[in-house]
Amino acid sequence: MTHMSADAHPSSGPRPGDAPSDIEPVVEMTGITITFPGVTALDDVSFRMFPGEVHALMGENGAGKSTLIKALTGVYTIDAGTIRVGGTEQQFAGTATAQAAGVSTVYQEVNLCTNLSVAENMMLGREPRRLGRIDHRRMNRRTREVLARLGLDIAPRSRLGDHPIAVQQLVAIGRAVDIEARVLVLDEPTASLDSEEVDKLFEVVRSLRSQGVAILFVSHFLDQVFAISDRMTVLRNGRLVGEHLTRDVTRLELVEEMLGRELEVLERLDREPSRQPDERRTPVLRAVGLGRKGALAPVDLDVYDGEVIGIAGLLGSGRTELARLLFGADASDSGTVELRGRRVHLRSPRKAVDQRIGFSSENRRSEGVIGDLTVAENMLLGLQAARGWLRPVPPRTRDQLVTKYVEALDIRPANPDALMRNLSGGNQQKVLLARWLIMQPDLLILDEPTRGIDVGAKAQIQQVVDDLARDGMGVVFISAELEEVLRLSDRLVVMRDRHKVDEIPNVQTTTADLMAIIARDEEVARA
Amino acid sequence: MRDLTRHRLFWPVLALVLLLAVNAIATPTFLQVRMQDGHLYGSLVDIARNGAPVLLVALGMTLVIATRGIDLSVGAIAAIAGAVACVHIAGSPDPASAGTAITAITLALAVCILLGLWNGFLVSVLGIQPIIATLVLMTAGRGLAMLVTGGQITTVNNAFFKALGAGYFLTLPIAILVSLAVLAITGLITRRTALGMLVEAVGINPEASRLAGVRSRTIIWTVYVFSAFCAGLAGLMIAANTSAADANNAGLWIELDAILAVVIGGTSLAGGRFSLMGTLVAALFIQTLSTTIPTIGIPSETNYLFKAVVVIAVCLLQSPKARAAVWRRSNRSSLVKAGRA
Repeated sequence: MTHMSADAHPSSGPRPGDAPSDIEPVVEMTGITITFPGVTALDDVSFRMFPGEVHALMGENGAGKSTLIKALTGVYTIDAGTIRVGGTEQQFAGTATAQAAGVSTVYQEVNLCTNLSVAENMMLGREPRRLGRIDHRRMNRRTREVLARLGLDIAPRSRLGDHPIAVQQLVAIGRAVDIEARVLVLDEPTASLDSEEVDKLFEVVRSLRSQGVAILFVSHFLDQVFAISDRMTVLRNGRLVGEHLTRDVTRLELVEEMLGRELEVLERLDREPSRQPDERRTPVLRAVGLGRKGALAPVDLDVYDGEVIGIAGLLGSGRTELARLLFGADASDSGTVELRGRRVHLRSPRKAVDQRIGFSSENRRSEGVIGDLTVAENMLLGLQAARGWLRPVPPRTRDQLVTKYVEALDIRPANPDALMRNLSGGNQQKVLLARWLIMQPDLLILDEPTRGIDVGAKAQIQQVVDDLARDGMGVVFISAELEEVLRLSDRLVVMRDRHKVDEIPNVQTTTADLMAIIARDEEVARA
Repeated sequence: MRDLTRHRLFWPVLALVLLLAVNAIATPTFLQVRMQDGHLYGSLVDIARNGAPVLLVALGMTLVIATRGIDLSVGAIAAIAGAVACVHIAGSPDPASAGTAITAITLALAVCILLGLWNGFLVSVLGIQPIIATLVLMTAGRGLAMLVTGGQITTVNNAFFKALGAGYFLTLPIAILVSLAVLAITGLITRRTALGMLVEAVGINPEASRLAGVRSRTIIWTVYVFSAFCAGLAGLMIAANTSAADANNAGLWIELDAILAVVIGGTSLAGGRFSLMGTLVAALFIQTLSTTIPTIGIPSETNYLFKAVVVIAVCLLQSPKARAAVWRRSNRSSLVKAGRA
């Protein structure tokens, strides 16, 4: 697993675009490195923004987008590198200093007080005062002016909570603008907006751009990125992959950069003789029309014994939603599931576990790891839950199982009594994998099991998946890394925009083929 | 030494030992335990006996808090238990017999289990925040107890019932034996079965536990029932000690002492890892503190203030942040040297 090496890594900073050389960048980050225990979130990344441009920051989950934003907004301190805003070098010691330097942020979840008025929110903490008391008249007038500047007509006295999310977001932007922001960071601003609201937001963004504000736009909707941005920076695995003018890039090129490309010839060589999924038998799992309103359009899916189904698609394409429905982590509101030909209703994870299904969530930290329990306890949690609290796993069985999987998966430190939270991401992932392997499920659903972990652990986990399928387990494998999906899968399901758009056998399939399928429909949608 | 100070029981035990030392200096006879009429007597025995109800309630509270919950209704449940038992004894045809006492105790505990089921239902099935869900019974519970007793303080005269609060067995107060037995049983149930681990898992990361197939609803329900059971037993002890059910005052504010005991004992209010031994030590500490205040001559009107000050001191002592701050201040130069070495 060394796909990073295949790409040129522009360590010498961003390639020059066609920005006029006499314009100084308003933001210039060079050589930014941020590490967390066990993982390098950003590795020598350079990034710049010019006044009066909309700059899209692109990358899949774990690429380092949010880490970079947090470095720029002062949430994280950087381990190496320099940040210059407006030409002066900055040492951000918290969000307040970043704001003082002119960097404002509007988060996806609007951080405002819904029970206060629009004007009160706009001026929160900076209320105009007269004789020590808040001057409401001046506050409302000022708010009206700011909103007018954005081309908005919202009553300053109205309660913020009475407005739709979109308007609240615009107020948040107004607030950011009023703090004389030179740089405005919009983190997934359109995630909960409908298309008309998006148009309104874009109007505001364009008007700010014309006033010389640099806007950092983060979104996983490619359509929107191409509609609004002037320039884009692409990150992958914590590294800078490229900086381009938006008009110079095609959608396919962008997807390729985001997902990574590898020397496919080598790729195919390391694939061992293919497994023999037994498709004559009844499938382990057959889902028909399985869906959930607002999350996933109805999907049909069969998984047979001894095969790996790879699910490919961009972030937000519905790949995780599908996995969660298959496990009963979310309730489906349409369709049926049959396990070995028997109709079942997967109301809860508990039910799914009883039906011998296992699921490893993409959110390792929040939905997998029990940090303050030991490695052994984490490993045995599933088995113990299945047995019920009255029947503890006997100490001997427990020791045997733990020793076996610590060795088999090469978990380090090889100390069953170590606290789970002290392990690196890769080792935590192996423990979580062991949690399910101990249960010996018939079907194992792995959502991004290799995200954010080091290369060695990644290869080991891939090997385990391959072995499991050879031993007859059905596996649903989800990953943002296409080459990984291709390496492991017998069949490929491609998701886009919460729909299953294609299903193909993995015979001589290349990442280019997959990318074409992922990007194809988007081009159609765009046209 | 470093390992010792890191042990989760170190600070609670240290606080208890210091407090006992203060008492021993103020009252030289404090540590004496003598035999009289075949019973053990002495301040230490009194502390253990008077602390038994708080310990019981705190044991239940420990498990509830370990699941990220809280149970404010324990005081009210204690009052209900006492009321049910005393009213039953007072109204029975044979109010002095052992049989009546046993039925009364069983009946009261059964009612408490029902109340625990109610709390657990609100929290685990309806998903109401624990502090609100149990607030319902905290307020309504005393009213229920008043209904049971008809607004009167119901007194009984049953030697067997009284023994639960004031009796002796093998030279020791029965209250101490009962609370220690519950402690031992709780320890066995949580650590010999998987209940303790599952309780902690649910408390540390509820969503991860759910996705691992843990029946968190059952677990959470169980701990509220257990908490109510413990509160009921404590209430019976309180009523038995005075042979009377006082719906208004029995177990008043005991929930706060219990929560305090859990926290001082090293179980975080954020849920997760819990320590029954820590709760034991802390419950004894709180009771010793209540005993200390009059003996060392603190005027009774500053009683609560003094208690608050001591509790804050203990909490600061336990906080690694606070300790580090004090350490830095007093020891800055030596730390620098150590850092260079």
